[in-house]
Amino acid sequence: MSGNEKLRVRALGRVYGEGAQAVTALQDVDLTVRESEFVMIVGPSGCGKTTLINIIGGLDEQTSGEVLLDGKPVCAPGADRGMVFQGYSLFPWLTVQKNVEFGLKMKKVPAAERAQRAKEYIDLVGLGGFENALPRQLSGGMKQRAAIARTLANEPEVLLMDEPFGALDAQTRVVMQELLAGISRKKHPTILFITHDIDEAVLLGDRIYVMSRRPGTIRDVIEVDIPGERNHHSLVRPEFIAVKEKIMEMLWQESMDAASGR
Amino acid sequence: MSGKKKRPVSRKETTALSLLCFGLIIGFWCLASYGRWVDEIFLPTPTAVLGRIVEMAKDGSLWANCRESISRVMIGWIWSVLIALPMGMLMANSKRVSAFVQPIIEFARYLPVVALVPLTLLYLGIEETQKYTIIFLGTFFQLVLMVCDTVSSVDRNMINAALTLGAGRFQVYREVIFPAALPGLMDDFRLTVGWAWTYLVVAEMVAASNGLGFMILRSQRYLATDTIFAGLLLIGLIGLITDWLFRLLSRAVAPWQERLGDKK
Repeated sequence: MSGNEKLRVRALGRVYGEGAQAVTALQDVDLTVRESEFVMIVGPSGCGKTTLINIIGGLDEQTSGEVLLDGKPVCAPGADRGMVFQGYSLFPWLTVQKNVEFGLKMKKVPAAERAQRAKEYIDLVGLGGFENALPRQLSGGMKQRAAIARTLANEPEVLLMDEPFGALDAQTRVVMQELLAGISRKKHPTILFITHDIDEAVLLGDRIYVMSRRPGTIRDVIEVDIPGERNHHSLVRPEFIAVKEKIMEMLWQESMDAASGR
Repeated sequence: MSGKKKRPVSRKETTALSLLCFGLIIGFWCLASYGRWVDEIFLPTPTAVLGRIVEMAKDGSLWANCRESISRVMIGWIWSVLIALPMGMLMANSKRVSAFVQPIIEFARYLPVVALVPLTLLYLGIEETQKYTIIFLGTFFQLVLMVCDTVSSVDRNMINAALTLGAGRFQVYREVIFPAALPGLMDDFRLTVGWAWTYLVVAEMVAASNGLGFMILRSQRYLATDTIFAGLLLIGLIGLITDWLFRLLSRAVAPWQERLGDKK
């Protein structure tokens, strides 16, 4: 977790519209994700989290600042920054297997190798036996497992996750969080994960950036230095609760400022 | 919320209802014609119409006319699909292309095809090309806009997912946008092929020496109402069959599609 700097966002800004109608969605956002690190961004809805991750993923364009991957600036979307979305966005005409193979097929990886690598990641997310199922036959949690496998199979440099468990019910969400924590321990991917759920942020993150809204910017960084395996039992441990309280206080302050300021 | 719970309608029942509607109309037709409510010149009897169809089948003109008409519809319509499909896809995905062609298409869409017939005759004469052109003009401008609309409604997130998985621009078209839009496109095609039949009759009524539209128009001159009815019946039947084939085809090319009304 003390790896090299992988992803770097520097003085990033995003303004929508022009002149009097201009809305500043992001202002002076700075953040760093080191290799194999699990970094969370937590913030209230409307703080520009999704805009931020879309710019990093190359799906939106900043109006100032830059995004560096391994020291090189990026702008267009690419396979080096894999994304997982809240809406799964699986391809409904492809089976789970073919969905997971998609990125590899785009890269023209030979069919046999493609199939084998896809199988490996399908097993990793616990979807073994569902290779030939179509997305519509899967539950929400299973769809998101497939989507995660699809992105991981592509072996991106950074995994960008935009509230991936936001649409799932509470129990499924915990199961998925543990699954992701397990994958993180086994495969050490570099992850930048966005959420508005404080529990989720504390449970998964090595480091948590707390964002403020209007204009969205980084308000604080918190290191979650709790060793050992993270699972649903962790949520009730005192050290977790302490971190959680700290974040809640920040976000509370934040909404008070917003309420009195505007 | 309605107070009464809706009872599911079985497949048998829907088929029965559809047949009943046809049955009622035919029954009324029988009453009106055999009962002499309406003069035979205006409404021929079902037997007279069927007799006409059998006669035409025997002398071969039935097949000849159907074949001519079907081939005109298909050729004109396929040209329209071949050009509208890529153009609609481009329009949906490029603001520039859209800005360039959309206004002229919207303009052309409002021109009644019948009003263009004199020009097509002037430019193209009474050759087959003129008939294809009428059908093309009648369907193309609508189809481009429908394709554009269908393609635009492809879930943006799916395209974004493909891009972040490393798909290039062309790959996104081929691997995502086209398959995702396919069920909707099949519906667009099914609708426009129906319109193509309308324009076929327009094309055959002005300058043709065969085809179902021509047959109907010529019959009017001789007050051969039975032949007019036979022609209408045939066009309707061909329409029903085409529609049914398209539905089968949609299922075959997009079996993954969840349809409203599909019961599982």
